[in-house]
Amino acid sequence: MSRKTYLQAINEAVRQEMQRDPRVIVLGEDVAGGQQSSGEPGGVGSVFGQMKGLFNEFGPDRVFDTPISESAIIGAAGGAALTGLRPIAEIMFVDFVGVCFDQIYNQIAKFRYMFGGHAKTPLVIRATAGAGFRAAAQHSQTLHPLFTAVPGLKVVMPSNPYDAKGLLIQAIRDDDPVIFLEQKFLFGMEGEVPDEAYRVPFGEANVAREGRDVTLVAFGAMVPRALAAAEALAKDGLQAEVLDPRTTSPLDEDAILESVEKTGRLVVVDESPPRCSMAGDIAGLVADQGFRSLKAPIKRVTCPHTPVPFAPSLEDAYLPTSARIEAAARAALAYS
Amino acid sequence: MQLSRDDLKRAYRSMFTIRAFEERVEKEFAEGNIPGFAHVYLGQEASGVGVCFDLADDDYIGSTHRGHGHCIAKGVDVKGMMLEIMGKAGGICGGKGGSMHIADMNKGMLGANAIVGGSPPIAVGAALTQKLNKTGKVAVAFSGDGASNQGTTFEALNMAVVLGVPAIFVFENNGYGEHTAASYAVGAPSLAERVRSFGLPCEVVDGMDFFAVREAMGRALEHARNGKGPYALETVCKRFLGHFVGDPQAYRTPQELAEARAADALPRFRAAVTGASLLTDEDLDAIEAEVLAIVEEAAVAGVAAPMPDPDRDLTRDVYLKYA
Ligand SMILES: Cc1ncc(C[n+]2csc(CCOP(=O)(O)OP(=O)(O)O)c2C)c(N)n1
Ligand SMILES: [Mg+2]
Repeated sequence: MSRKTYLQAINEAVRQEMQRDPRVIVLGEDVAGGQQSSGEPGGVGSVFGQMKGLFNEFGPDRVFDTPISESAIIGAAGGAALTGLRPIAEIMFVDFVGVCFDQIYNQIAKFRYMFGGHAKTPLVIRATAGAGFRAAAQHSQTLHPLFTAVPGLKVVMPSNPYDAKGLLIQAIRDDDPVIFLEQKFLFGMEGEVPDEAYRVPFGEANVAREGRDVTLVAFGAMVPRALAAAEALAKDGLQAEVLDPRTTSPLDEDAILESVEKTGRLVVVDESPPRCSMAGDIAGLVADQGFRSLKAPIKRVTCPHTPVPFAPSLEDAYLPTSARIEAAARAALAYS
Repeated sequence: MQLSRDDLKRAYRSMFTIRAFEERVEKEFAEGNIPGFAHVYLGQEASGVGVCFDLADDDYIGSTHRGHGHCIAKGVDVKGMMLEIMGKAGGICGGKGGSMHIADMNKGMLGANAIVGGSPPIAVGAALTQKLNKTGKVAVAFSGDGASNQGTTFEALNMAVVLGVPAIFVFENNGYGEHTAASYAVGAPSLAERVRSFGLPCEVVDGMDFFAVREAMGRALEHARNGKGPYALETVCKRFLGHFVGDPQAYRTPQELAEARAADALPRFRAAVTGASLLTDEDLDAIEAEVLAIVEEAAVAGVAAPMPDPDRDLTRDVYLKYA
């Protein structure tokens, strides 16, 4: 066990799985970097350095740069997965899936079902997600609701370094297509990460903090903000439970319903516009199946129904903050 | 068409404005006055200015993530751009778009674009408008060598030919898509050859030579405006800096970077026009001084300007009227 960043955890997961299984390959734009440049090739390793060093360790048949051709990257990864490889394809920023969405939602996600269970598509699509970087409307989205809405995809949103490694190893060993959303905002976050390979199973929520008064459900980069809100509430003796489902699909519905059964109050935090979001989805689940547990209306803390703005003043107002989460929790707690 | 002294001054002013603006962006970025990231156009000035030189405000261009130079060449206000890049309310897009989304409908500027390959299909549509409305105007799509590999670009090239629209595709080949060389990522022996295979002419031009680019663009305009359909240029350029401001560029040798600087289009233009006694060094120096003052004023105003007010601006303009 040693302290590692979220970024290092991702790199280590891929490296260890590549060492273990020769079928695992990495492809994407600049995952090696510097091909046929005048200087040093392979020195980039993805724009945030997630794949750094892999090209030099595993060579050009296992780690390769592609042209800027997302449809072909994802389609080729899907075809390779169908026929015996285990590709890890990178979409540099999740926003770019627009270019290749057909390959994801009409092709890869549907192979197994459409083919009557004959096919396996062991493919991981890694993509960076999230706002807060002043990267504007086409480099800041999360888009997890889009993937979550597609049957056949599994969708992962790690909220800490330990989960990032374990969930990525699970994703690589999984025989279904997995969308792995690296939370840009958390790349520098440090935590204890075992040196050996381990898996964190999909569909099992993590109770990030126990409490009995109100349940805060949050995903990815919103988990630290929910924990900060819980901390602030604790100063007034209010015990918030913070639940991190880790994957939006499959979703640990039982854990959410059990927590609400205990607390009777629910706040869902989601870095997404509100329509068709996880906030709406989970509110719907609890209204349907946990109605008797509820002591207060469900609160949703989301982004507004707008693209991500560039100006810092606007982007800060766009993102859910711990203050907004705390206020929503207090509103739920005050209701009687 | 022969260029008058005033034309030459306008060309130099435009190129030097890009140079001074981008160098200021570098500086303001280093000082923390520019949020996010910035891709500058340093080294490619002659390409954008040569292409846009004979376009009017009602000819259209679609740009890229490296769009500041295209904006300036198309006449977008420098101060409005600087404020936009700094995320200020007075920016040309109210601070909502930033460096990668500068647009100015009054100048026929349909937006920088943070999606590689985003502009070519949009330019086909803008060209379709010109064709159907018989305006005699054109739409230009700027793309990089990297964007030339995007499926959207292939589709746009083909559709422009099929529809016979006055679209001009300009591929600025600076040798790199981010950190990967064009020689690696463009599978065809030549970018231009591949473009031609779609059924439209494509000229290869020295993108460090304003005169060569402008002349080639003249042939493209002649072709497109006379109903002969789309045309393409591959302007071969040098990227002076990294992919973005702050890119350490270990993938390029110092020698390559020095060679890029040695091919600088601005001194080359100066030597050509002073050598031919068309303009004097004093003429050009006076332009530089004026431009530097304008950029200075824009930057100072930008730093001092207020950011947009979330209560008023955050949810505005998602639709024509936000309820
Ligand atoms: C669809 C999409 N894929 C990838 C990117 C990331 N990206 C931004 S610029 C760039 C390189 C573009 O290269 P090129 O077209 O040659 O333009 P240049 O940067 O050289 O001006 C890449 C890969 C993106 N913005 N959009
Ligand atoms: Mg390029």
